[in-house]
Amino acid sequence: MALLQISEPGEAPDPHQRRLAIGIDLGTTHSLVAAMRHSVAECLADAQGRVLLPSAVRYLEGGGRRIGYDALAEAAEDPQNTIVSVKRFMGRGLADIAHREKLPYRFVDAPGMLQLDTVAGPKSPVEVSAEILAVLRQRAEDSFLGDDIFGAVITVPAYFDEAQRQATKDAALLAGLNVLRLINEPTAAAIAYGLERGSEGLYAVYDLGGGTFDISLLRLARGVFEVVATGGDSALGGDDFDRTLADWALDRAEMQAATPRDKSVVLAAARRAKEALSQQDAVTMRCELSGGMLEIELTHAELDRVTAHLVERTLGAVRKVLRDARIGRDEVQGVVMVGGSTRMPAVRAAVGAFFGREPLTDLNPDEVVALGAAIQAEQLAGNAGAEQLLLLDVIPLSLGLETMGGLVERIIPRNSTIPTARAQEFTTFKDGQTAMALHVVQGERELVADCRSLARFELRGIPPMVAGAARIHVVFQVDADGLLSVSAREESSGVEASIAVKPSYGLSDEQIAAMLQSGFAAAEEDMRARSLRESRVEAERMILATRAALAADGDLLGAAERAAIDALLVGVQRSAEASSHREIDAAVEALARGTEAFAAERMNRGIRQALSGRNIEDV
Amino acid sequence: MKLDSDDFEVFGLPRRYALGIADLEARWKALQSEVHPDRYAADGAAAQRVAMQWAVRVNEGYRRLRDPVQRAVVLCELLGAKVDVHDNTAMPAAFLMQQMAWREALDEADDAAAVQRIDDETAEAERALHDELRVLLDERGDAHTAAQRVRALMFVKRFREDIDHRLEALGQ
Repeated sequence: MALLQISEPGEAPDPHQRRLAIGIDLGTTHSLVAAMRHSVAECLADAQGRVLLPSAVRYLEGGGRRIGYDALAEAAEDPQNTIVSVKRFMGRGLADIAHREKLPYRFVDAPGMLQLDTVAGPKSPVEVSAEILAVLRQRAEDSFLGDDIFGAVITVPAYFDEAQRQATKDAALLAGLNVLRLINEPTAAAIAYGLERGSEGLYAVYDLGGGTFDISLLRLARGVFEVVATGGDSALGGDDFDRTLADWALDRAEMQAATPRDKSVVLAAARRAKEALSQQDAVTMRCELSGGMLEIELTHAELDRVTAHLVERTLGAVRKVLRDARIGRDEVQGVVMVGGSTRMPAVRAAVGAFFGREPLTDLNPDEVVALGAAIQAEQLAGNAGAEQLLLLDVIPLSLGLETMGGLVERIIPRNSTIPTARAQEFTTFKDGQTAMALHVVQGERELVADCRSLARFELRGIPPMVAGAARIHVVFQVDADGLLSVSAREESSGVEASIAVKPSYGLSDEQIAAMLQSGFAAAEEDMRARSLRESRVEAERMILATRAALAADGDLLGAAERAAIDALLVGVQRSAEASSHREIDAAVEALARGTEAFAAERMNRGIRQALSGRNIEDV
Repeated sequence: MKLDSDDFEVFGLPRRYALGIADLEARWKALQSEVHPDRYAADGAAAQRVAMQWAVRVNEGYRRLRDPVQRAVVLCELLGAKVDVHDNTAMPAAFLMQQMAWREALDEADDAAAVQRIDDETAEAERALHDELRVLLDERGDAHTAAQRVRALMFVKRFREDIDHRLEALGQ
């Protein structure tokens, strides 16, 4: 077991020590932060010993904010400025939100992502999420005596699309977090359960949270998590059970939720009743509305009946994923339940009946995702003693391009293992055409109009040619976070064409920069001092990593190559004394470029070793 | 071993159509353990860039080698016979007739049982084509004829997907 080393507050972090890496579950209803302590993953608590942080942010007049339990307590008083379940709005436009008239918020239609009008001005869901992340970050820093956080693994629903993932990453950026990876919630849960430690098997993770539903099928064995297929509904969760129950109660009582306060209150009452019915057989749902007191008796059986269609919707997604994976439900060895909503007896019963086995519920369904994220974060930080897990995840939704007639040409199909890249050749259709517009979409439908618009690319600088002569090679790459990047090259003339990317969703770089500058969240620190410290730490890490690489595989280099790298190393060391982080960053980048060939050689060696007979048997 | 080595070389496998899937999977996992970007998260930008390129290469190679049709395409091209999917002119007449017969049968089928019968028939045809490919590629080294069979297989596969959609629509 590794000795836990804690640096003195104020001392420069020593790269030899453990790096503080955290896992964050940014949930619809609750958020959590976890880290490794004494080689065990643990959720971090606030000053009052609570690990759950309600995903609620209240904006006050005069610019203050309340986050968490404090905000939730005031939701009824100030429903329009108390944002709950903001995850449902991440990367979404106004038209995406079903039943928005039942919510108390003032929605603003903005290009790409909707905004919420509050007493502190219009807020993007990214900003609201960043407030929550900032609190969790502070909690982690407080728990570890003010250590700098090396990085965070943040979880997202497996079924989140590009827009939703990018929004999550932007929120982390605003909160001052270095995102090591985005990982999918079901995969994180599987890591926490340690199911891969047993013999190889197929497992299903049924993750029903506050606002999202994921069903993932994983093949687990000895440190390898292979996602076979994933599916779900990124707009289906406990909130929908609340809404359905609230509608039913209002209907029975012949009352209406007329004001924003009414809407907030009746949803809260429905949630309380739903949660109580996980323990009791009957409950009275009670709340005060503008039109009078609502009081309805509700039994367990009635709740199940009223919400049965929602449970059935989840099972429909489960059936589809089994089809995609070409796996029968009897081949699944275990079903893991994740998310607070899986506490509902009706859900457990339905899932148990579907798979013909009792679902696994040993770990706290609220904490399991954050714990898994913390375990992965530890590995990515390179801390000694971290488990070496291999996550082979997939992209949940197909990526395609718009073609003639508003149709979609699928470039990368859903459930492709990531990272992945596909290339497509295009050509011009008019003589002398020098630019081309490409529209990237995500989804399974045939028509562009039915898919999510991700980005529009303009390829400029194509040399003028006869129509059809230009050969434009466009490469779509999806990284390990599930995020897309696109690059292009005009082949026949060898000219690199420039691409201007206009995201159809989300925040532009300028918007993010503006938010950062306007003193976002915990920005009492001097931003410049922080950048400098971070750059110095990064430089130290690079030096260490390069030295380790030279020690292991220096024999791959000739004398001249070795001398060049040594010179770049000296360059980085010298730059660390600079007072501008830009100088350090430049030296670090130069070292990165200068060691790329070396890294490629090392990779070759590693691969050859991996494939030798001896290693195959070990797998 | 370079990024532009062919799929078989990357996986350390002989250039054959016959392939053990379990072995291929073990090699894929061994390779990914080595090249996955997560292994290099704390190692700096250069290592991460190289890892990314390799991880993508390995995943693409696995995707192709794992699918018998794609594997055959790769092999045919390595043996000098491109499988030009857009060139349908080299299809034997008998096969074209079979295509039409199956299409008509699917259009006329009105219940799940009838569709399933067509599925069983096409599944059998698919298996026969795979067996033929193995002989053509591994025993006779006849890439040209193999390329023709691959085109036929691609049609059968697409047709079976249509059958799948039909079965789904019928609630199977």
